Amino acid sequence: MKEVIFYALGAITLVSAFLVIFLRRPIHNVLFMITTMIGLAGLFLTLQAEFVAMVQLIVYAGAVMVLFLFVVTLLNLDEIQLPPDSSTIRWWVGAGFAIAVAILIFPALVAFLPGAEPKSLTADPTATVSNTAIIAKELFTTYLLPFEIASVLLLAAIIGSVVLVKKKY
Amino acid sequence: MGFDLLAILLLIKIVLVIGAVLTFVAYLTLLERKLLGWIQVRIGPNRVGPWGLLQPLADGAKLLLKEEITVAKANKVVYIVAPLIVVVCALIPFSVIPFANGLGLDRILGPEAQTFGLNTGVVADINVGILFIFGISSLGVYGVVLGGWASNSKYSLLGSVRAGAQMISYELGLSLSVLGVLLLAGTLSLTEIVRAQDEVWKWYVFRQPLGFLLFLIAGSAEIARTPFDLLECENELVAGYQTEYSSMKFGLFYLGEYAHLLFLSSLMTTLYFGGWQAPIQIWPLTYVPPIVWFLGKTFFFVAIFVWIRGTYPRLRYDRVMAFGWKVLLPVGLANVMVTAFLYAMWLQRQV
Repeated sequence: MKEVIFYALGAITLVSAFLVIFLRRPIHNVLFMITTMIGLAGLFLTLQAEFVAMVQLIVYAGAVMVLFLFVVTLLNLDEIQLPPDSSTIRWWVGAGFAIAVAILIFPALVAFLPGAEPKSLTADPTATVSNTAIIAKELFTTYLLPFEIASVLLLAAIIGSVVLVKKKY
Repeated sequence: MGFDLLAILLLIKIVLVIGAVLTFVAYLTLLERKLLGWIQVRIGPNRVGPWGLLQPLADGAKLLLKEEITVAKANKVVYIVAPLIVVVCALIPFSVIPFANGLGLDRILGPEAQTFGLNTGVVADINVGILFIFGISSLGVYGVVLGGWASNSKYSLLGSVRAGAQMISYELGLSLSVLGVLLLAGTLSLTEIVRAQDEVWKWYVFRQPLGFLLFLIAGSAEIARTPFDLLECENELVAGYQTEYSSMKFGLFYLGEYAHLLFLSSLMTTLYFGGWQAPIQIWPLTYVPPIVWFLGKTFFFVAIFVWIRGTYPRLRYDRVMAFGWKVLLPVGLANVMVTAFLYAMWLQRQV
């Protein structure tokens, strides 16, 4: 049962990721990007990382993609006509490069990631502590400094965007 | 007791909950029209059936039988999908709302009633319930934005842009106002939050009064109830994003709107008013079934929302956005900080 759900979600994620690239209408690309995000959230759920799954849903599927959709609807972008590409060499170079990266990256991932087997924080479903609590505790003790630095970075980005939007000082 | 039978029982539970929600939504429209009628010294619908009780059925039949019109230059697929997204995203969050303590199934099924949480008074008792609600409701924006865009009409597009901007802005205020409750409860699970409010003085409305007020305001803006219903502002935008929709597709938008109203009321009951718990745990009150407390409190809030609609005029759009960002957000942040400060300094030491 778990395998069926995993493969179904994986198929949804992969197929919509491909459609994001291959479809020619920006609105359809945005919509399939959203389904990719939702599929990823589902995959996180199968790893029992429910907090990460919900954050994925709220931040990426819910907030980031709405802005993409705004841009597409307001500019009313219709079908994109790409200029005909005369050189087939470029295509072959691109494809070859992609395959080479794939061949290089998978062994690298298996070799360097701790525990190539997907392991969840609370593999035991009857565990009394939810992994939300574990993440919160780790974030505010072990990883406090990176967390604070990230928040300062975000603050700088917010101030920067306000300054960019404001015309008069 | 086999695995299959338990799975079927779970499906029956889900169907029952959805059926109940849809019935309540249908009669919510009648309740709103009746209450608005009384507020405005009218009678309200009273022709179909005794006291107009069959009015929702007549409305439903009318919506189904109307001609389906698809705008000629509309983006067909998106045009059809948009109302479905609205309805689905309005119905899914009901799965994490606890409406009762248990269903008493353990007396019939024995210990097997615990499988799939069959005996709990909630469809899915997940430990990130509140995050799930925010995740799904943030997806609901797509239905509105896409519907307006796919209609290929200027009023629809303007309505949907307004809707999107307003919903994103007020989502922040809404999550900030809930944060106070989460800090005090120390959990994201809605069943745990209800369990923590077993006496009336433990209700979070008394420990988070400002948070409750912010939640009420941000919530009614999020579901676009009257002081904030600028997305269907008829004197500027005809009917906003639903202008070009007819027949049952319009009916689905309408259904989504009232399902949101019912959901917000039940969420306020759950977070701030003790959910299915009786106010005081003494005999005559505990004898009343939990579902009655839950529905009573929920419809109390529904009535308050109708009352607000009958009382206040619509705000101006720039005022709505300015209020959301310049008042609601800072006050919400201050509320979270004060709550966290008090919790760390004082409440945590008592435990």
